[in-house]
Amino acid sequence: MTATGIGAAVPRKEDKRFITGAGHYTDDMNRPGQAYAYFVRSPYAHAWVKGIDARSALAVDGVLSVLTGENLAADSIGGLPAGWAITSKDGSPMVTPPHPCLAQGKVRYVGDPVAVVIAETQKAARDGGDALSVDYEILDAVTETGQAQTASVRVHDEAPRNTAFEWEIGDKAATDAAFAAAKHVTTIDIVNNRLVPNAIEPRAALGEFDPGTDSFTLYTTSQNPHVARLVMSAFLNIAPEHKLRVIAPDVGGGFGSKIYVYPEETVCVWASRKVGRPVKWTAERSESFLSDAHGRDHITHAELALDERGKFLGFRVKTVANLGGYASLFATGVPTYLYATLLSGQYDIPAIHAEVDAVYTNTTPVDAYRGAGRPEATFVIERIVEVAAREMGVDPATLRKRNFVKKFPHQTPVIMLYDAGDYGASLAKAMELIDYKGFAKRRRKSAKNGKLRGIGFSTYIEACGIAPSQAVGSLGAGVGLWESAEVRVNPTGNVEVLTGSHSHGQGHETTFAQLVSDRLGIPIDQVEIVHGDTDKVQFGMGTYGSRSGAVGMSAIDRALDKVIDKAKKVASHLMEADPGDIEFKEGSFTVAGTDKSMAWAEVSLNAYTAHGISTAELEPGLKEGAFYDPTNFTFPAGCHICEVEIDEDTGVTEIVDYVAVDDFGTVINPMIVEGQVHGGVAQGVGQALIENAVYDESGQLVSGSYMDYGMPRADDLPSFRLGFTMTECPSNPLGIKGCGEAGAIAAPAAVINAITDALGHEDISMPATPQKVWQAVRSHRFAEAAE
Amino acid sequence: MPTVAMTVNAKSVSGEVETRTLLVEFVRDQLRLTGTHVGCDTSQCGACVVHVDGRAVKSCTMLAVQCDGASVTTIEGLAANGELHPMQAAFREHHGLQCGFCTPGMIMSAVDIVNRLGVPSEETIREELEGNICRCTGYHNIVKAIGAGARVMNGGT
Amino acid sequence: MYAFDYHRPSSVRQAANMLKSNGEAKLLAGGQTLIPTLKQRLAAPEVLIDLNGVEGLDVIELKGRTLHVGAMARHADVANSEVVKEAIPALAALAEGIGDPHVRHCGTIGGSVANNDPAADYPAALLALGATIHTNERKIGADEFFTGMFETALEDGEIITKITFPVPRRAAYSKFPNPASRYALVGVFVSKRGSEIRVAVTGAGADGVFRLPGFEDALSKRFAAKSLDGLTVDADDLNGDIHASAEYRAHLIGVMAKRAVAAA
Repeated sequence: MTATGIGAAVPRKEDKRFITGAGHYTDDMNRPGQAYAYFVRSPYAHAWVKGIDARSALAVDGVLSVLTGENLAADSIGGLPAGWAITSKDGSPMVTPPHPCLAQGKVRYVGDPVAVVIAETQKAARDGGDALSVDYEILDAVTETGQAQTASVRVHDEAPRNTAFEWEIGDKAATDAAFAAAKHVTTIDIVNNRLVPNAIEPRAALGEFDPGTDSFTLYTTSQNPHVARLVMSAFLNIAPEHKLRVIAPDVGGGFGSKIYVYPEETVCVWASRKVGRPVKWTAERSESFLSDAHGRDHITHAELALDERGKFLGFRVKTVANLGGYASLFATGVPTYLYATLLSGQYDIPAIHAEVDAVYTNTTPVDAYRGAGRPEATFVIERIVEVAAREMGVDPATLRKRNFVKKFPHQTPVIMLYDAGDYGASLAKAMELIDYKGFAKRRRKSAKNGKLRGIGFSTYIEACGIAPSQAVGSLGAGVGLWESAEVRVNPTGNVEVLTGSHSHGQGHETTFAQLVSDRLGIPIDQVEIVHGDTDKVQFGMGTYGSRSGAVGMSAIDRALDKVIDKAKKVASHLMEADPGDIEFKEGSFTVAGTDKSMAWAEVSLNAYTAHGISTAELEPGLKEGAFYDPTNFTFPAGCHICEVEIDEDTGVTEIVDYVAVDDFGTVINPMIVEGQVHGGVAQGVGQALIENAVYDESGQLVSGSYMDYGMPRADDLPSFRLGFTMTECPSNPLGIKGCGEAGAIAAPAAVINAITDALGHEDISMPATPQKVWQAVRSHRFAEAAE
Repeated sequence: MPTVAMTVNAKSVSGEVETRTLLVEFVRDQLRLTGTHVGCDTSQCGACVVHVDGRAVKSCTMLAVQCDGASVTTIEGLAANGELHPMQAAFREHHGLQCGFCTPGMIMSAVDIVNRLGVPSEETIREELEGNICRCTGYHNIVKAIGAGARVMNGGT
Repeated sequence: MYAFDYHRPSSVRQAANMLKSNGEAKLLAGGQTLIPTLKQRLAAPEVLIDLNGVEGLDVIELKGRTLHVGAMARHADVANSEVVKEAIPALAALAEGIGDPHVRHCGTIGGSVANNDPAADYPAALLALGATIHTNERKIGADEFFTGMFETALEDGEIITKITFPVPRRAAYSKFPNPASRYALVGVFVSKRGSEIRVAVTGAGADGVFRLPGFEDALSKRFAAKSLDGLTVDADDLNGDIHASAEYRAHLIGVMAKRAVAAA
C-alpha cells in the first residue's frame, strides 16, 4: 500500500472547494440573459384541469411566458417513461399510463406540475405563478397503499383496481409444501413507511439553447447525466442526443432522488428555445417535498416456516407497493427485482414465494431511495427472523447462525447467486463489539433508572454494483448497466480519468485517483477525475446502487490495464527490448534482468514525441478506454446491532449504542467508507424513529416541511461504532462489493428489533415516534393488567 | 429600490435591492458569493448560516435591508491569507463533509459555537447543531471535526 | 415573499406613528417567525416596521425583586445574562432552549410574546411567572395578555417595550420538543412565589398557553412532584396532530409538570 494508494485513508481532494465555498452547484450557475421558471403545481391530489387562464399571470411585471401541457403536446414533447418492464403473473404487461411533464387533462397528486411561468426574475416568476388562474374540478383521492385496490377512485383509467402489475417470484408449490411440513410458523404484518429523500441541495436546472448550432445545454442536479440525456432524447423528443449536452456539476446529495428525469429540467430545456433565453429553476424545499420521488411505502404480510430446531423451511411474502401518481423511471424495478430477490437474506431458505402488487395512488411518485427495495426486503426478513426467535425461545443470534448460508456460491430460490461472504464472522465481530454477553447486566442497570433497554440485530445482505447487463436486461431493465472509463495520460505524465460514474458526495475524485495512484505509481495530485459532462465523457450509466466502486472503478482498472500495456510497448521501443521483458512497478519501467529503466513521465513524454518509437508498429499517444460489464451483482453483507433505552413516561427512544460490522470486500479509502456507513445508518435510524411522509385523506402531504417531517439531527444520533470483515468479491477485478447503501438497508430492522425487545412485544410500526412507543408501552401494560 | 451598504468579508459593498430581498439572495445573486447555500424555505436547515456582526445567523431569515451598515462574514471570508481556517482544516481532516452542500453553514456554525463555548463536549456540539441539517454524514464526523477544530482554535493541536 | 415597504424607525414613538398611519403594517423584531411566514407567502403586509433601529429596547436589569427584560432582548442575551441567571435561572434556561443558536441570536422576547405561537416557550414563562407586559401605552398582566392562538390583548398601534417578571422563589421549565420542528409539543413552566403557585402549559392548548389550576392547588399543599400523582388533564381542550394526539399531550403535561417541579 502506498501513502495514497488502495487502502489508504487519504483526505479528500474535492474538499478544498467545498470547505471554502468554492463549489459549483447548479444553482450557482448563471448564464447571460437568463430567465427564471416557476412551476405552478396542483394544490389538489386528484382533479380535472378544466382551464388555464394565463392573462393575469402575463400581466405581472416581468413575466415573459406561460407554458402548459398543451404547448408541450403541440411541440410533440413526450411523457416521462417507466424504464423497467414488469410482467404480471398472468402474463400481462404492466400498466404504465402516460406521464406528461405538465398536466394534460388530469392532475394526480398535490404538486403535479400544471404550468410553468417564465419571467425576468425568480420573484416575478413566482408572482406570475400566484396570479395564474387554473380551474379545477376536484375529484376524490386515494392515498393509502392498502386501500388503492379496493377504492372507488380510479387514478388512471387504464389501470383497473389502480394496479400496475401483480407480479410473483419463486416457487409457490414448493413453498406451500414447506409450510405443510413446518413445526412452527411465524407471521408478521408490517409497513415500510414512505420517506422523502431530502438531499440538502434542492433539485435545480438551467437550460440554454444555442440557435447557431441548434443545440442545447442543460446544467442539472443529476446522478447520471448521460441517462438523463438519453431519456430526454429518445423518449421525450427534446433534442437529438448529439445536440444536447447535459452537465451535472457539483451535486449536493442524491440518495436516488436525482437519478430520474423529472418534468422540471425537461421543461427548462424545452422552454429555453421557446423564450429564446436560458431558463433556470431551483426548487424550494416545499417543492422538493412534493416533487422529488419518494421512497419505500410498502405494506407486507410475511410468513416463515420453521422446523422444530428452528431451521427455515419456507418463506411466503405478499407485498403491496405504492407507486404514487405515476410510474417513475425505475419505480417498477424497485419493489420487484431489487426487493424480492433479496428476501432470502443471509439464510439458506429452500423455498420462497413472493407476490408483489404495485398500485397507483394520488401521491407523489415513489422510486428508488438509498437502498431501493433492499431495505424493504431486509426489514421483512430481519423482523420475521427476530420474531421467530422470540416465539421459539431461541437466542436471535443463534437462530440466525443456524440458518446462515455457509457455502459459496449459493443459489437462492429468488434468482441471486451469492458469490462470497462470511456471515458468521460479521455477526461474531458485532456481538463482541457491542459486548452482547454484558447486555443482561446493562438491561438491569437501565431498569434501575426506570428505563426499558433492548437490543436488536440486523444481519443484512444486499445486491449491489448493479449489474450484469444481460441479467438485468432479461429481467426487464431498459438499459445496460456497465460502466465506461477513459484514461488519458498527458505528455508530462499526469493523468485525466473520464468516468461515467457521478460523485454527489461519495468522494470519487479521491478514491478513483487512489486507484490510479496505486497502479501507475504517481501521486494522487497528478490525477484528475472528470465526470458529469456528456461532452467530456463519452457515455456512462451514473451512480446509484453502490455501483461506482464495483463497476465504475473496474472500468477504470481495465482502462489502466490497457494504458500500462501500451506504455510497456512504448518503453520496449525506447529501451530496445522485447515488450514481454518490460516490467512496470511503482512508476518505473525496467527491462527484466537488466539495470535498464525508465520513469513513468519519461515514457509518457516519449509516447507523444514519438521520436523513439517505430510508429509503423505502434501508434503514438497514451490514451485508452474501457467499458466494463460485471459478471454478477456484488453482495455486501454484515451485521448491525442496535441498543436502545426507552423512557416509559414519554415514549422517547434513545439509541445508546450502535455497532455496524460490514463486509464490503476491498476497501479503497476506509475513511470514506466509514462516512458512507455513518450516513446510511443515520438515514435508516431516521426511517425507524422519526421520518414519515404522511398524507391526509384529501391527499395533502401533511409532513411537507422540516416543521413536520422529522429529519435526523445531530442530537438524535449517537456516535457509531464500526468494524469490518473482508471476503473478496470474485466478480470484479478489484474485489469491491460497494458500501453506499448498507447503513440505510441494515439500520431500520436493527432499531425496531431493539425497540420491540425493550417493549417485550412486537406491536409497533415505523417510525417508532415517542407517541407510538408510549402507546405501545401503555397498551401492553393494560393488556397485562387485564390478564 | 433601497440601496444597502455593508462590509462583507472585510470589503465594503453596496447594491440596490428590493425590500423583500433576503440577505442570502443579496450575497449569492448580487455579490456572487455562492458558497452560502439555501437548503430549505422554513429556516431550519442552516445551509445559509453566515456571521452578522460576529454572530451566526440564518441569512435566509434576515432581510438585506436589515443588514445595512453591518459586518458580514461568509464562508468565502473565513480563510485568511490563503490559509484554511482551523475549522475548515478540521472538516477536511476528519471527513466532516460528503456532498459539501450543508458544509459552509456547518462550518460557519461550528466557528460560532467555538467562539462562544471554547472546547465543547460531544453532547454540547450535538445540541448546538440543532439548526444545521446534514443528510450525508450522519453527523458523526462533523461532531468529530468540530471537536478537533475547537481544540486548534483554542491553542491546542 | 410579497413586496412591501420597509421602515426603520429610531424610536418607539416613531414606530407607533408608522404603525398607526399604515393599515397593513407589521412590526419586525427578530424576524424568526415573521420572515419565514413572509417567505411562504402566508402573510402580505404592505409595510414592515423594523424595530432593530430603536435604541434601548434590549436592556436587561434587576430592579428590587423585579426582573426587567427589554422587548428586543434576544433569546441568546436572556440565556447568557448573568442578571437573568441569578434572578430567574429557569427563564435563562428556557431561553437557551428556544430554537437553535442562530434563532437565539436573532429572535426576541417581545416578538415571541406578541406572536403568541401556541408552541412557543416564552408565553408559558410569562404566564407562570405572573409577568407584566409593558407597551408604549399601558401595562398588561400575563393572565389578560394571551387571549388565544396567535391572539393577544395588544391593540392596533401598540408596541411591547419590555416584560417585567417578579422574581419567584422556585421555578423551572420542562419541554418536550416536537421530534420534527423542535417546537414545544408540550412545555410546562412552574413557579412558586410566596404562597402563589403557578403552572402554565404551552404547546398543547387549542387556544394557546393556559394555566392548570388543579395542578396549582395540589402544589400549594406541598410543592413536590409527588403532589401531582393521580392528577390528569382533560384531553378535550388540547391539540392533536400527526406528532401527538390530544391524549398523549395530556399525558405529557403531567410528566413535564412533575419534571419541572422536581427541577425547580
